[in-house]
Amino acid sequence: MEAASITETASAPPPARKVGDVLNAYALPLLLFGALLAQFIYDPTGTLENVKTGLSNGMVWALIALGYTLVYGIVELINFAHGEVFMIGAFVSLSLWQTFGVTEQTGLALIVVSIVAFLFLSMTASATLNVLIERAAYRPLRNAPKLAPLITAIGMSFILQNVGLLWRPTPDQVPDLIGSHSVYFTIFDVDVLHSDVFAVVITVPLLIGLLWFVGSTKYGKAMRATAQDPDAARLMGIDVDRTISLTFLLGGLMAGAAGLIYALYNLTVRFNMGFTAGLIAFTAAVMGGIGNLKGAVVGGLIIGVIQAVSDGGDFLGLPLGEAWTPAVVFGILILVMVFRPQGLFGEETREG
Amino acid sequence: MSAALASLRSGRDAITGLVPGWLFAAVLLAAAVVFPYLVGSGSFLDASTQTLAYVIMALGLNIVVGFAGLLDLGYVAFYAIGAFVIGWFGSQQFPDVNGGKGIHILASDRATFQPKLSGGKLDIAGIHINFFIVIFIAMAITAMWGVLLGAPTLRLRGDYLAIVTLAFGEIVPRVFENSTSGLFGIGSTDFSHGRQGITPIDKINLPWSHDLLYSDANLKPAYWVALGMVLFTIFVNRRLRDSRLGRAWIAVREDEVAAASMGINLVRTKLWAYAIGAAFGGFAGVFLGTYNNTVNVDQFEFGFSVFILAMVIVGGMGNIWGVIVGAVALSMMNRYGLPQLNNLSEPLGFDVTAISFGIFGFFLLIMMVLRPEGLIPSGRRRLEFHEAEIEGAEDTGAVGDMSQMYEVRR
Repeated sequence: MEAASITETASAPPPARKVGDVLNAYALPLLLFGALLAQFIYDPTGTLENVKTGLSNGMVWALIALGYTLVYGIVELINFAHGEVFMIGAFVSLSLWQTFGVTEQTGLALIVVSIVAFLFLSMTASATLNVLIERAAYRPLRNAPKLAPLITAIGMSFILQNVGLLWRPTPDQVPDLIGSHSVYFTIFDVDVLHSDVFAVVITVPLLIGLLWFVGSTKYGKAMRATAQDPDAARLMGIDVDRTISLTFLLGGLMAGAAGLIYALYNLTVRFNMGFTAGLIAFTAAVMGGIGNLKGAVVGGLIIGVIQAVSDGGDFLGLPLGEAWTPAVVFGILILVMVFRPQGLFGEETREG
Repeated sequence: MSAALASLRSGRDAITGLVPGWLFAAVLLAAAVVFPYLVGSGSFLDASTQTLAYVIMALGLNIVVGFAGLLDLGYVAFYAIGAFVIGWFGSQQFPDVNGGKGIHILASDRATFQPKLSGGKLDIAGIHINFFIVIFIAMAITAMWGVLLGAPTLRLRGDYLAIVTLAFGEIVPRVFENSTSGLFGIGSTDFSHGRQGITPIDKINLPWSHDLLYSDANLKPAYWVALGMVLFTIFVNRRLRDSRLGRAWIAVREDEVAAASMGINLVRTKLWAYAIGAAFGGFAGVFLGTYNNTVNVDQFEFGFSVFILAMVIVGGMGNIWGVIVGAVALSMMNRYGLPQLNNLSEPLGFDVTAISFGIFGFFLLIMMVLRPEGLIPSGRRRLEFHEAEIEGAEDTGAVGDMSQMYEVRR
């Protein structure tokens, strides 16, 4: 736990807590869980189905959320352009498939090879882009008031979104390489699709790898040190600039992977997909306690489920549905930020 | 302490240096008034009228961002609310009101009845209230919403505040979009016509006249109405800036803790900023609603919030004249500059107008990196942004304590 948190605080023994405090601290998770439970009783099969979709979809949000949480943990900046980095990752993978003419008809072995190879390439592309963004837009403003890099981040986000618009002006179909919508197996009446399995199979190793990297390597230690106190880290001989670049690199890698998974999962990409995805993933990161890597993953999964349940339409008789989902997700974002700025499970963060 | 006083004084000098004397102001005003006669009633006047509405919004946002230092990324929410207020009170959106006969308060003849062939008159359904009444209704409603949306954010600072306001800016249009049969599924009244939006909207008429103030062939009066609204906004802004409340805003912006310990009520000060900023968003929203003759949720995108924010930042946060210049520059660039660029880029095979927001993004980026205080900064702001250079060495590379949005002193 400690190792996976990028902004860990000194682990003083927790003060004795009153019942009221505990209730206060867990009110929001309990509320969310209670709502899910009620919905489950209201509509068991549909809810299970939604939870399944939400969890596999949440994998993508988790990957993007990691990028936000890593960067925020280390430079306290909302990397607004991160959603666009994800979008570019998806575009790169689609372009690679198109260039090499990989389609549904290609042999299985080649498809697998192409997915693995292009996963690597789109991750690299997104990571490079993210590092460049840091260089161009954030590094010059490292000492400026906090407002300044946030505004360049927004500017960067718009620029990239329009690059995406020039690249692919209309929504593009992605070749259905993994047979996304065919059923892999059925459990408790819930059809688990190829896409669900695919998302889990690609994401889980990446998540474990990242947690290991940040928690157990020398570079990870440097990142954590920089997050805690950049000046002290510098005094200890850590190259802070390089560590920050590394952080953006890792975030970009995850976003690139998320882009490829998203493309094969939803089979359609468009230039403005990054903006919403970015906000959803940011919600996930805040939910998990910003700076907390495991929290971001859990937050991603929770947001995925919330989104799927809301998309499902009938929530305890309330007519939600896809039109309401953004409002629901943003509403939850506001609730979390206002009442639990340290995240659902997190300790106090510097914003909190 | 004395250094702080000196910076205060130099900031003041810079402001007074930029504020033109009364003669200059009078000349400028006269030029603005006769402007339509110089350019005729064509598309340039149309663009100018829109620009004036954007100036109002930029000045409103300037209160929140520039004076009080609360970064608001959801300003479009108040534009939306204002526009929907004129949509509701100046169109046939609610046909069943008053038994289908509608409500008409000082509305123009065209909004009140249709002459029948047989000679009688047929009441036009819906609520039709005079524009000059609706703008004040809208200001009251948006101010109220400014307080409601601002209240939960009071504890937040910096980035979190920005994101929460952004979320509100996204939620408000979605709520309008989905309120086609009742609000949140309650009732069955159609509040918004969904994605089609509300159209047509009543045109402006003076309260004592039954005729429309302007037509497509003669846009001059619309321009003057907008100009009047801008003058009102500038007047209020200037008076506020120099008031007790305005000084409290600046104090809160520079150091919340110090301001609070000097006896400033943070809650009230911030809520006033939200309320007044929001009110001007609604004020301009009403005008744009009727001027564009449609209220449509597609107008209320995040991009628009950033467009207005870009005006404030490019012009110079906190400086009224800077913000006006920024608003005019960006609005005109959006209308004329980009299509011009388009001619250049056409051989390259892409459409610049499609990526207008990307270009604004680019401006924001360049501006922030090269001249973060804006084209015409207030003196105080310039000091804030260049403090690192002035005090330099001692905290180079500090990513450290950024929990405060503006580090003014150290």
